[in-house]
Amino acid sequence: MSKGQKLLNWVDERFPLSSTLKEHVTDYYAPKNFNFWYFFGSLALLVLVIQIVTGIFLTMNYKPDANLAFLSVEYIMRDVPGGWIIRYMHSTGASMFFVVVYLHMFRGLIYGSYKQPRELVWVFGSLIFLVLMAEAFMGYLLPWGQMSFWGAQVIVNLFGSIPVIGPDLSVWIRGDYVVSDATLNRFFALHVIAVPLVLLALVVAHLVALHEVGSNNPDGIEIKKNKDPKTGHPVDGIPFHPYYTVKDVLGVAVFLIVFSAIVFFLPEMGGYFLEHPNFDPADPLKTPPHIAPVWYFTPFYAILRAIPSFFGTQVWGVLGMGAGVVVIALLPWLDKSPVKSIRYRGPKFKFMLVLFIIAFIGLGILGALPATNTRTVLSQILTVVYFAFFFGMPFYTKNDVGTVPVPDRVTESTPARQIRFLVLFAVTIVGAALFAMFV
Amino acid sequence: MSEQHVDTGRRRFLTVATSAVGGVAVAGVATPFLMSFFPSERAKAAGAPVEVDISKLEPGQKINVEWRGKPVWVLSRTPEMVKNLPKNDDKLADPKSEIEQQPAYCQNETRSIKPEILVAVGICTHLGCSPTFRPDLAPADLGPDWLGGFYCPCHGSKFDLAARVFKGVPAPKNLEIPPHKYLSDTRLLVGDDK
Amino acid sequence: MKKTFRHLIAAVALVLPAAGFAAESGVPLEKAPIDIQDTESIQRGAQTFVNYCLSCHSANAMRYNRLMDVALSEEEIKGNLMFASEKIGDTMAVAMDKKDAKGWMGAAPPDLSLIARSRGADWLYSYMRSFYRDPSRDTGWNNLVFDRVGMPHVLWEWQGEQVLKVAKDAKGHESKTLELVTPGTMTKLENGKANTAEYDRRVADLVNYLVFMGEPNQVKRHQIGYVVLMFLFLLLLPFAYFLKKEYWKDIH
Repeated sequence: MSKGQKLLNWVDERFPLSSTLKEHVTDYYAPKNFNFWYFFGSLALLVLVIQIVTGIFLTMNYKPDANLAFLSVEYIMRDVPGGWIIRYMHSTGASMFFVVVYLHMFRGLIYGSYKQPRELVWVFGSLIFLVLMAEAFMGYLLPWGQMSFWGAQVIVNLFGSIPVIGPDLSVWIRGDYVVSDATLNRFFALHVIAVPLVLLALVVAHLVALHEVGSNNPDGIEIKKNKDPKTGHPVDGIPFHPYYTVKDVLGVAVFLIVFSAIVFFLPEMGGYFLEHPNFDPADPLKTPPHIAPVWYFTPFYAILRAIPSFFGTQVWGVLGMGAGVVVIALLPWLDKSPVKSIRYRGPKFKFMLVLFIIAFIGLGILGALPATNTRTVLSQILTVVYFAFFFGMPFYTKNDVGTVPVPDRVTESTPARQIRFLVLFAVTIVGAALFAMFV
Repeated sequence: MSEQHVDTGRRRFLTVATSAVGGVAVAGVATPFLMSFFPSERAKAAGAPVEVDISKLEPGQKINVEWRGKPVWVLSRTPEMVKNLPKNDDKLADPKSEIEQQPAYCQNETRSIKPEILVAVGICTHLGCSPTFRPDLAPADLGPDWLGGFYCPCHGSKFDLAARVFKGVPAPKNLEIPPHKYLSDTRLLVGDDK
Repeated sequence: MKKTFRHLIAAVALVLPAAGFAAESGVPLEKAPIDIQDTESIQRGAQTFVNYCLSCHSANAMRYNRLMDVALSEEEIKGNLMFASEKIGDTMAVAMDKKDAKGWMGAAPPDLSLIARSRGADWLYSYMRSFYRDPSRDTGWNNLVFDRVGMPHVLWEWQGEQVLKVAKDAKGHESKTLELVTPGTMTKLENGKANTAEYDRRVADLVNYLVFMGEPNQVKRHQIGYVVLMFLFLLLLPFAYFLKKEYWKDIH
């Protein structure tokens, strides 16, 4: 026995090292037909690591003090050696986190990854999304620029619209009558330690639940139902390592190219990743002419603005926005379809999905723009579409199956499928750009 | 999966090569993080060389200036103090200043550029206290042989008026002489000698 | 390669609906003719900045020795751009008290360290060229881009005095233009007329400096960026690709 083997045995007798690796990496059998959409889970994990590491280094020079915060960020950007790279990695990472997570969630949506038996995987994932929004919101206050300040002011005031307890609640959140040093200091504590801990715990729960039930796939077939009697492994499964580790390395390489291009050439992303007014220090006496949340909140912000106040309270918008997030977690119980993957669903779901994509992207664009009458009406229509997709689901998914029956074995990618994917992708991008130009 | 002919050589090469490139990437990413621990521009600006006006410094007088957050002494020694320096030689741990605690141009009997002006970092080489200036001759607590010098109150280390350490005290080395130069007869620059 | 890449970025930037810099007036902004690689222009801009802006506006995030990045030596910075009392590592502070300033001008002049990142180069370029005489204002000046601005026209000796011309078309739409009526006392005259191109150049240099000051690392950022992208494209991506291909030969 080699020395290394001896050491490993010594450890294994005291700690389940080999068996854990085996269970989750080398002997974790994943379906062999993962496609493009399956890169984003591992990429989300990578971005989480980037955010934690860069975040730790930022705290070493950042000052959570209303008088010092703004200049301490510039101190990092200018005076700390390498500081600007770390800061841009963190600010870019925040946006890329949402890019990756939105694509990851969309994957779950089209292939029915939330359906039985993966309900808990989906619920944990939805909680991660919710917590991530809180994390991003609190982090955005820290640079203490004009957008940080007024964004926080607006969002915290939302809580003020809750009947009876609202006004006290928003004061309690701020620790002051306006967003102030007290707010900044507590948001800092929550952003750097409390919320990340919750996030990490949820990520572990998400992965444990996933590995318990096994991964879904683009065909929505349970590969565990068809096992090789000799080996006991699923015939359509392959070990995660080495096959998906090398595939994910390729995904990481492509992701890093995009990520670096942003960090080094487009860190502001035209004012979407770092908003221009946020380069002015927070001034409680001067509101910027147009307050827009960062792009990843805009779909929900548009829902908020679309819902008017009635019965003398504006709480409905807040409830609508909250419902817009919470409803995602309910998908496993809203979807009554007998099949999982969009490949074997009928026309009704496909039609509704297209409407949903239009609504989500449309709301995202509208939420970033100043409100006008036309835009408000558009937002209201799209809000209705957004919720119709979810709440109509129990009705339109029932018995909605396509002409092709669900096969017994997973299917290979075909050129026709790839072309269809590219066309749809291009149509979405061009459509979004046109929409943005004309609203 | 099939176990046809797998080209293990190619596989191993690609694995090693990708890992190596990945290693370079990780090292590259680590660079700004490690660099960020070095002094920032602000720290460098605060630690920049300090100009000292010594026109009002009287013989026997010592002034303190701050350089990189440390006390730097500028002492104007009287001719008698300078004359007394060699008398301590046999009681000192390093009378010839052989241990590198000073720039080359200060490795001399007086440990200074001008014999009468001593510039030294006022931090004890033992555990970092700042010794007190004791120019008095033969005080009761330091004994009859004391010709003036510095006494560290923390652990009793003693230094002479050229900041050289005595034998048999906790401090192992002479006090540090910082790089310095004279911009003119009355202006001294501490922290830079170029 | 560099050029194509920059074009690509420009193309991406065009496709994105620009989040836009907040323009408070509806006046269209003129594109600032600046080049962040042009160190001489930045040097000239720095000169204008310390002489005209720094008396009221601070640049608290900017250290004087940062100007060494635009090919100035320590001696040149100390000799031409700094007061004797300051050290080369100091930030560009301003002597005027913030409260006094508020009393004198109605609002404390903002710190300019990041003004190019919050306002944008085009806004600054247009703003500095849009002052006009307005006797109704305390300062005697107004600005077409920033109506009722508290700041007087500090560069008027170079530009001269402009006045506002309001024209109405047949439909009653107002259009506002500025006309130079008195040439600046410091400008060279050509056939008795002011050389406006010279003033535009001066403002462009100043804006170039402000853009540099907004992020002094930006040139370095691009340089490192090219190296990183080359590395990822030419080394990591191909190796990762062939590694994946090699292993996935097993899968049928």
